[in-house]
Amino acid sequence: MELTVGPLLFHWATDAWSDFYARLADEAPVDRVVIGESVCSKRLPLYADRITEAVERLERAGKTVVLTSLALVTLPRERRAAAGLFAQTGHEVEIDDLTLMRWAGKGDDAHCPGFSIGPLVNVYNESTLRFFAARGARSVCLPPELPFASVASLAAAAQPLGIGVEVFAFGRVPLALSARCYHARVHGRTKDSCQFVCDRDPDGMVVRTLDGQDFLAVNGVQTLSYNCCNLIDDVGTLRQAGVTALRLSPHSGDFVSVCRAFRSAIDGQGDDPAALLPGHIPAMPYSRGFMFGATGAE
Amino acid sequence: MATERLEIVCPAGTPAALRTAVDAGADSVYCGFNDETNARNFPGLNFSRAEMAVGIAYAAARGVKVLVAINTFPRAGSEALWHRAVDDALACGAHAVILADIGLLAYAAERHPDRRLHLSVQAAASNADAINFYAETFGIRRVVLPRVLTVEEIAAINREIDVETEVFIFGGLCVMAEGRCSLSSYATGRSPNMHGVCSPASHVAYAEEGEDLVARLGGFTIHRVPKAVAAPYPTLCKGCFQTGDYRGHIFEDPVSLDAATLMPQLARAGVRALKIEGRQRSRAYVEQVVRAFRRASEAEAAGQPIPKSELWRLTEGQQTTAGAYRKTWR
Repeated sequence: MELTVGPLLFHWATDAWSDFYARLADEAPVDRVVIGESVCSKRLPLYADRITEAVERLERAGKTVVLTSLALVTLPRERRAAAGLFAQTGHEVEIDDLTLMRWAGKGDDAHCPGFSIGPLVNVYNESTLRFFAARGARSVCLPPELPFASVASLAAAAQPLGIGVEVFAFGRVPLALSARCYHARVHGRTKDSCQFVCDRDPDGMVVRTLDGQDFLAVNGVQTLSYNCCNLIDDVGTLRQAGVTALRLSPHSGDFVSVCRAFRSAIDGQGDDPAALLPGHIPAMPYSRGFMFGATGAE
Repeated sequence: MATERLEIVCPAGTPAALRTAVDAGADSVYCGFNDETNARNFPGLNFSRAEMAVGIAYAAARGVKVLVAINTFPRAGSEALWHRAVDDALACGAHAVILADIGLLAYAAERHPDRRLHLSVQAAASNADAINFYAETFGIRRVVLPRVLTVEEIAAINREIDVETEVFIFGGLCVMAEGRCSLSSYATGRSPNMHGVCSPASHVAYAEEGEDLVARLGGFTIHRVPKAVAAPYPTLCKGCFQTGDYRGHIFEDPVSLDAATLMPQLARAGVRALKIEGRQRSRAYVEQVVRAFRRASEAEAAGQPIPKSELWRLTEGQQTTAGAYRKTWR
C-alpha cells in the first residue's frame, strides 16, 4: 500500500511553501507527492519559481512527483496551463478537472509518463473506472464522499483492470468549489480584488453556525469540512478491500509526523499508530463519517 | 424566424405539471423517473414508466420535446438501475436523455448511438476543452452549462464548440459548481450526486427558541431569525454563518436566479436554450413562469424589449440575482 501526499490546498507564504516540501522530501516516508495548484490559479505565480527546486529535491529523495491540474478550469490562461501540464516531460499528471481528458491517453501526452485521476473527478462506479482505465489512467483517488461499500466495490473492480485505487485518508475534506471566492466575499472584496486574503488562514477559515457549532472551513473558492478525516485505524480494512494507496492532505504543523504515523500503520509497526499522530496541527476533531458513518460530519 | 427563437426548457415534477408546461408554451420539458436516478429525487415527485410514456405522447402530439434527466452518479454495484432508466426513457420516446456520469454516458453512447445525449449541468463541463471531450468521446449534442460562467465566457465557449448550449435562466441557484458539491452529504449523508437530493426535508428541523425561529439541517443551524420573520428553507449554501467577526451569508444570500434581462446577451452569445429550474414547484408556478418566458423569448426573437414587469411578478417578495453571468458576482 502506497502513501500519497495530496496537493497543498491552502495558500501559504512562499517560504513556508518551500520549507514544507523540503522537509517532506528529506523526512517524510511517503511514495508519491502531488504538487502544484489545484484550488486557485491566481496563487500559482506567487510560488511557481519554487516548484522546480521542490520537485528536484523530492525526486532526489526517491519520491514520485505528480503535477496537479487546477480543479475548476474556466479562464483562457487556466486552459493553457492545463494543456501545458502534458508538455512538461517526465512527470505524471493528476487530472482534477476533465478538461485534460481531451488530451490524456490520446498521444498528445507522449512526453508524460502517465496520468492519474484526482479526488475531485466523479468516479462513482465501475463503468467510469473502466473508462479511465481504458484511457490509460494509472490510478484513481476516489471522491471523498463515497461510503465504504462503494469503495470496496470499486477496489474489487480495479484489480483486474490494473488501475490503482486511492482513498482520501487524512485532512479536511474538500466539499465544494465555486466561481466565487468566499475569502474575498467575507473581507468585502471580490475574486479579482482579493489581495490574497486567503493567506491568513493556513488551514482554512473556520465557519461556525450562529449557535457556535464548528461546521466548515473556507479556502478561497473551495469549501472544506471543519472536521479532519482520519482513517489511520482503518488501514487494515482498506487494504483488505483492495485499496492500493492512501492520500494525506497537507496541513500546517507537524505534517511529517502524520506521514510517519500512517507509514507505521501500513507497515504494521507499533501497537497504536494513531498515538503517533502529532497533537495537533490546528485543533480539528477527527472524523471517519463519509467512509463509515451516516453523515460526512459524523 | 422560429428557428432563431430561444428554446424554453421547462421543468415538470409531475405528469400534471408536464401537461401544464406544454399547454403554457414550453418548447421542451425536462423530467425524471421517480427514483434516485434523477437529481430532484423528492417524495411525491417524478414519473413512473407509464406516466413517462403518456407524458411524452401528450407533449409529442403538441410538438413539444421531452428530455429525461438521469443525472445522478450511478452507485457502484447497482449501475443496472441507471442503465434501465436510460433504456426506458428512450424506449418511451424521449427526445434526449440528460446525463452526467462518464460511465453512464459510455453506456448510452454504445447502446443508443443514434439518440440524443445532453450533458447535464451536474457534469460541470466549464470550458470548451471539457465540452469537446464529451462531444468527441460520447457524441453529446447539447451541454447544460454550469452556473460558474459569465456571459462573455459563454460566448467564447460557443465559438469553440459544435454542440448546442443550454443555460439556466430562472429559479433556484447553485452557488457551487454543480455535481462537485458534498456539502449536503457532509451535514445529512444525502447528496445530489448519489441520492439526487440537496439539503433534504427529511433532515430539516424547525424550533422556536426564545424569540427566535431556528432552522437546522442535520443538526447544524442554518438560519436563526426572529419569530416574526419567515425563516427561509435551510438550504446549506444559503445559510447565515459566522467566521471571525463576520456574521452573514458567507456563500450566498437566500436569493434565486433571474437572468431574464440578459436574454438578448445570451442569445448573442450563441446560447440555444434557456432552462427554468423548479421540478419541485407547483403547477401554478410552472404555468406562470413558462408563459412569461415563452413571451419573453418571442419578444427577444422579434427584437422587442423583454416584458420585465411580468417576470418581476414571479419573484415577488424574493431577492434575485443574475449570479455568475455578471463577473462582479465572483
